[in-house]
Amino acid sequence: MTLLTALIALGSLALIFGAVLGYAAIRFKVESDPLVEQIDDILPQTQCGQCGYPGCRPYAEAIANGDDINKCPPGGEATIRKLADLMGVDAKPLDAAQTEAVKRVAYIREDECIGCTKCIQACPVDAIVGASKLMHTVLVDECTGCDLCVEPCPVDCIDMVPLSATPERWKWDLTAIPVKVVE
Amino acid sequence: MPSLFQQIQAGVIWDFHGGVHPPPRKQQTSQKPVAVMPLPDRLYIPLRQHIGVAGQLLVKPGDQVLKGQPLTAADNSMAVPVHAPTSGIVRAIMPHTSPHPSALPELTLLLEPDGLEQWRPREPLNFATSDKMTLLNRIQDSGIAGMGGAGFPTHLKSGVTQPVDYLIINAVECEPYISADDLLMQEAATTIVKGIDILCRLLNPKAVLIGIEDDKPIAAAAMMAACNQRENYLVRTVPTKYPSGGEKQLIQLLTNKEVPNGRRPVDIGIVMQNVGTAFAIAQAVLDDQPLLSRIVTVAGDTLSQPQNVLALLGTPVSALLDFCGFQPESSQRVIMGGPMMGFALADLSVPVVKTTNCILAPSAQELPADTKEMPCIRCSSCADACPASLLPQQLLWYSKAKDTNKLAEYNLADCIECGACAYVCPSEIPLVQYYRVAKAEIREQQREALKAEQAKARFEARNARLEREKQQRAERNQQLAAARQQQQLASGASDAVADALARIKARQAQQTDGAAGPDKAVIQAEREQKKQQAREYQQQKAAANTEPAAQPASDADSKAAAVAAAVARAKAKKAADSVKTDDAISPATATDKPAADSSTTDPRQAAIAAAIARAKAKKAGATEVATSPAPEISTADTSTTDPRKAAVAAALARAKAKKAAGHATSPEPATDAAAAEQAIEDPRKAAIAAAIARAKAKKQADSENS
Repeated sequence: MTLLTALIALGSLALIFGAVLGYAAIRFKVESDPLVEQIDDILPQTQCGQCGYPGCRPYAEAIANGDDINKCPPGGEATIRKLADLMGVDAKPLDAAQTEAVKRVAYIREDECIGCTKCIQACPVDAIVGASKLMHTVLVDECTGCDLCVEPCPVDCIDMVPLSATPERWKWDLTAIPVKVVE
Repeated sequence: MPSLFQQIQAGVIWDFHGGVHPPPRKQQTSQKPVAVMPLPDRLYIPLRQHIGVAGQLLVKPGDQVLKGQPLTAADNSMAVPVHAPTSGIVRAIMPHTSPHPSALPELTLLLEPDGLEQWRPREPLNFATSDKMTLLNRIQDSGIAGMGGAGFPTHLKSGVTQPVDYLIINAVECEPYISADDLLMQEAATTIVKGIDILCRLLNPKAVLIGIEDDKPIAAAAMMAACNQRENYLVRTVPTKYPSGGEKQLIQLLTNKEVPNGRRPVDIGIVMQNVGTAFAIAQAVLDDQPLLSRIVTVAGDTLSQPQNVLALLGTPVSALLDFCGFQPESSQRVIMGGPMMGFALADLSVPVVKTTNCILAPSAQELPADTKEMPCIRCSSCADACPASLLPQQLLWYSKAKDTNKLAEYNLADCIECGACAYVCPSEIPLVQYYRVAKAEIREQQREALKAEQAKARFEARNARLEREKQQRAERNQQLAAARQQQQLASGASDAVADALARIKARQAQQTDGAAGPDKAVIQAEREQKKQQAREYQQQKAAANTEPAAQPASDADSKAAAVAAAVARAKAKKAADSVKTDDAISPATATDKPAADSSTTDPRQAAIAAAIARAKAKKAGATEVATSPAPEISTADTSTTDPRKAAVAAALARAKAKKAAGHATSPEPATDAAAAEQAIEDPRKAAIAAAIARAKAKKQADSENS
């Protein structure tokens, strides 16, 4: 009899707590940031496709599904380190062995542009303005330096030029200042 | 326990953590009057001399400008204009070495003074009767930005909407050598107090605290005398200690309040202005004299006459030094700013700007060059000296490791870069240097993150747009198709159906009428024969047309031939159907008609193809001769007078060259075929090519004739 009472008591307690926990799990569910979003936030969003995926988000999805984290040259070592932290894997050196140290932007040599709009169609971030048969130009502030406009150009008038240094972006590299000795 | 305000009124001075006592070395300059510099030959006026953005240029090279005339216009709140410091002619607007540690070129206006000092018309304001907006606009239009060193636009600081308890006037000037503010107070205390009056009208503070270090007794006395009519203006002398002139440090000294991490002084009811800024405000409002000049301390042992100089903004440092008797040593350094926070200049053509308070030309004994950095021995002297109560040794560690998370955790952002830690370091580690690099790195990362976010938004917006356009296109196509269908139904549908029925009936009648009608097999044989004839005709025609360049022409013709053949087949079928009842259409005419059709469309196409072929042949010749497209381009240049045509021709040539390069592996005819195909695909391009070829042919013919 005592055995039965104990069983009933424990069983009913288990049921009650189970119900409470189950309700709490639904009622107070925390909407956690999905992994893909977190990875996507780390990636540099150049949309360059150098990883072999059409944009940063597809690559983020691929990483979430177990792809390597070292396929993003624009992000460089810093991105790989962050991805390694997030995914709990070891940081590997950059896959393509072509570290993009210098930030570059596209530049259209405007007197050679024939206005074919092919680069406009290729630009993933709409950073090229122009119209058919009219000169095109790159919005430097929006250009991510993804290189995707260079290939479609029929007259090869797009260059990737290093972003010029400004006093705001300067990294306090005092050794690089050409200090002249005053005579 | 008296309240804070009572304590302040009673003259209590608090203290801040850390600080150092470098030798002040102010006697060199603080005892002499301010010298006025003669006009230099050239003034280099950077378009941006403050924190924020440059204004819009108002002048162009060659313009004659008057003294005080604005050279740029402030088009947003973060911009302040720059003015012509004297009358003269704008010689150039070009990039010039900036007065910044990076020495990177910035857009600079080169003014040649004419020596006339001709003023623009001036409209002094009566500040007692003008409203706040007028005063703030006047401050902005006069180009006033914080003159203590940071260069924050003054109208933003003076136009805060939060309630202000204390207005602090910073006259501490704690860096060694510098005595510019000291001299300004000695010579123009009354004007400064008028400037403070204007600031009080804008900010309405409970009290004004004027902080002066105790090593400037003459200046303090002058300020006290000037303030004696105003009872809530409190002149406070603070003990000499570096860096008590830092904004947060002076607030702590005078009010015992600390500015919270990541906030501004105005959030705790305090606004601080430099004493030079107050002077500039008074001049701007009461005399309508914009910020054209400032007092600069020129000091150092290599100068025969170290002194304070009233220099026009834009005066090159070299002119300033020469005025003070500069005798450079070998490997002479010239520092802009004080010895603690200043930076060595790369080039002496750098101009004096609104934030330049000192030019230092020290001898090697006076200020030895950096020695070799040694390892940190973790003595923690730097932590004792840090006025922001940070842990410099830890920050050094994490700066070297580029660990931005840890740097944020140890509040690198609160570092004021005063250099006290580097000053006391027994290992002579340039600690501030490491922090500056780390801060720049963090700023860059933040900028990158912001850009990445923007790029992502743009990428997604673009994808959404493409998707939307695709849907719209599909919808439109559907609508058009539906409209067509309806139209058909409405107009000729019944007729068409009736016709079809009639045709079917007629055919059935023929087939049932066995004796009169021919055998089915016979009809089919006839059809086959006609098709054959049509094909033969087309082939002949194609063969005739392919003389000059077989490949593209035949390609072009094969398409036309296919069309013609299809037309012929259709016609033949019709003819066969009606051959029994109607003899009028003979096979010959049936095949003739398409031939005529194709011949009407053909000449144009053939001409195009021929033109392309000619252009190709010419180019091939050119490339064979010179193995580069350059001659082709040059001939095009010389032969065509119209530069635009030449440009198009050049572009086309480049495009072809690129394509040829792309197809370099495949043999010559293949590339031709590919090019021809592409030409057919892109009729516009073909048309251009044809036009160019025609033009060239014509020109050649002309030149041959003449």
